[in-house]
Amino acid sequence: MTTSNPQSFERESSWNIDQATFLKALRQRYTFDKVFATLALLAVVFSLFVLAVLLIDVFIDGIGRVNWSFLTSFPSRRPAEAGLVSALVGTVWVMVLVALITFPVGVGAGVFLEEFISDNWFARAIEINISNLAAVPSIIYGLLGLQVFVRVMFPITQGRSILSGALTLSLLVLPIVIIATRESLRAVPGSIRQAGFALGATRWQVVREHVLPLAMPGVLTGVILALSRAIGETAPLITIGALTYIPFLPELSLKGLQSPFTVLPIQIFNWVSRPQADFYSLAAGGIIVLMVVLLLMNATAIYLRNRFQK
Amino acid sequence: MLSKKFAYSLSVVALLAGLAACGGGTTDTADTTTEGGTDTAAAGSDLTGSVLVDGSSTVFPISEAMAEEFGKAYPGVSVTVGVSGTGGGFKKFCAGETDVTGASRPIKQEEIDLCAKNGIEYIELPVAFDGLSVVVHPQNDFVQCLTVDELKAIWEPAAQGKITNWSQVRDGFPDAPLGLYGAGTDSGTYDYFMEAIGADGESRGDYTASEDDNVLVQGVTNDVNGLAFFGYAYYVENQDRLKLVAIDAGDGNCVEPSPETIADSTYQPLSRPEFIYVKKSVAEEPPVKAFVEFYLSSENAYLVDEVGYVSLPPAVETKANERFQNGTVGTVFGGGATVGVKLQEVL
Repeated sequence: MTTSNPQSFERESSWNIDQATFLKALRQRYTFDKVFATLALLAVVFSLFVLAVLLIDVFIDGIGRVNWSFLTSFPSRRPAEAGLVSALVGTVWVMVLVALITFPVGVGAGVFLEEFISDNWFARAIEINISNLAAVPSIIYGLLGLQVFVRVMFPITQGRSILSGALTLSLLVLPIVIIATRESLRAVPGSIRQAGFALGATRWQVVREHVLPLAMPGVLTGVILALSRAIGETAPLITIGALTYIPFLPELSLKGLQSPFTVLPIQIFNWVSRPQADFYSLAAGGIIVLMVVLLLMNATAIYLRNRFQK
Repeated sequence: MLSKKFAYSLSVVALLAGLAACGGGTTDTADTTTEGGTDTAAAGSDLTGSVLVDGSSTVFPISEAMAEEFGKAYPGVSVTVGVSGTGGGFKKFCAGETDVTGASRPIKQEEIDLCAKNGIEYIELPVAFDGLSVVVHPQNDFVQCLTVDELKAIWEPAAQGKITNWSQVRDGFPDAPLGLYGAGTDSGTYDYFMEAIGADGESRGDYTASEDDNVLVQGVTNDVNGLAFFGYAYYVENQDRLKLVAIDAGDGNCVEPSPETIADSTYQPLSRPEFIYVKKSVAEEPPVKAFVEFYLSSENAYLVDEVGYVSLPPAVETKANERFQNGTVGTVFGGGATVGVKLQEVL
């Protein structure tokens, strides 16, 4: 691998290679290096370019519409009076609940599967199933949620409520959290666990004090990915019966969990499909708001991740 | 260790703050149970309760406008409107989960059976008209009027892969490739159009399909040889970019869709009624009753026009109101389509 002194090879006669051939091969390797770096750079530029075009287009269309009354008004048939407060509040409610549900359940399941269960056919069967669940189309989760959460669990969820929506989305993103948790637990060196056991710590103490904190940054990355997916989902929520026009906000109490709701992607979709062009700029404004919510959410998670990394 | 504890507690605080930020406060959530006697119905503002509306995305703008204005007149009643599509709306309606469902076509036989099985009786009410508009690119100078037979020849399943050029549609049309844009198979618009032109509800598969009419507008404005069909409101909003095609129902008269021709049914066979279905068991409850009466009232018909549809002619509106007051249940279409049916006569 050393390239600093090619001449040194000349003196070793046992290497049946002359300097010209070697230098040519060396140049070639450097060229491949540069080609690969350029391709990788192009990949970055391409994906960022698409994102930039999208963002600039949305900002030009929508930034003029984002103001206080847009954020605090209910939807209206008149584009000038329409706002998205019910969708914004619905999105925040649902995302907070999804985070509260997926974090303990997903991380708990990941820890159990990785640290506590022995590697037998049962564990492998669960692992295969979870990996497959991550690839199930979201509409299927919607149908499941409609039957289980909306209809069977009606006494608890009161039907087409925030709670049903959050539970459905939680199911949808749980595989992502579980897989991310397991991967980051696997990346923690085994010597840490053995050191703990050697000192007489129980499995739970080792996991709680050493393994899980070390794995936390990876776990939180998984949670960010999972929540980012959940915030943009429309199909499963429409299937379970999320509404589009709601003239009131949920109460801030447990009862609020049982109230009907709508979310930003549904509102945006509804505006985009209207015939009147004024609604398109509302939709662009809605996209900006959705992106800000997503960025705030991710920023919080990244901040927490950096705290844990210290 | 301290920083980690801090981080844990911060996560909890952040989540709670998130919830707190979304507190209701401004409006009280109305109970799902209905309160208040019938005597308060006229007073309006005393009425409390909720009305659950769902169904067709075509009817949604009308229901939304009605709910918005109704909410101003009856602040105690919360009307929520969902968009499940006509078919999805009937599934929920027949399961007893909604009070009112919007439909861009009459209830189908299997939905009638489902409702009957669950003991759901319903009142069928027309609320507006829409004219499915056939449009071409504005630079298209040879198409002024198409007959229903020509539309059928273009769209029927047998045309797939065969009718690909305007010259095949009618002798005298130039040699130009035919670009087709239309609603996707899931929509009530598709069902109605294919039924209306006599293609038995089925179409060719080789055309650009979208559930979003704005995509169809885009398609035909970028294709000089394009032909598309969609709701009249989408034509009105884009009339500088589109050219309307008049339709000849077979009697030699070419009629263009307009609010007048759609309302008086001279624009045939592509003018179609939009419906709401009201659950009989709640139709007498004050909030639902007040909302449906508000919906059907001639004073509020301007809302229908405002969102791009054509309000009912007075005769049909009177019939619809009578139907609701009498509590007439069932459908007048017997599970079939509305093509060619005159509402004044059947209601």
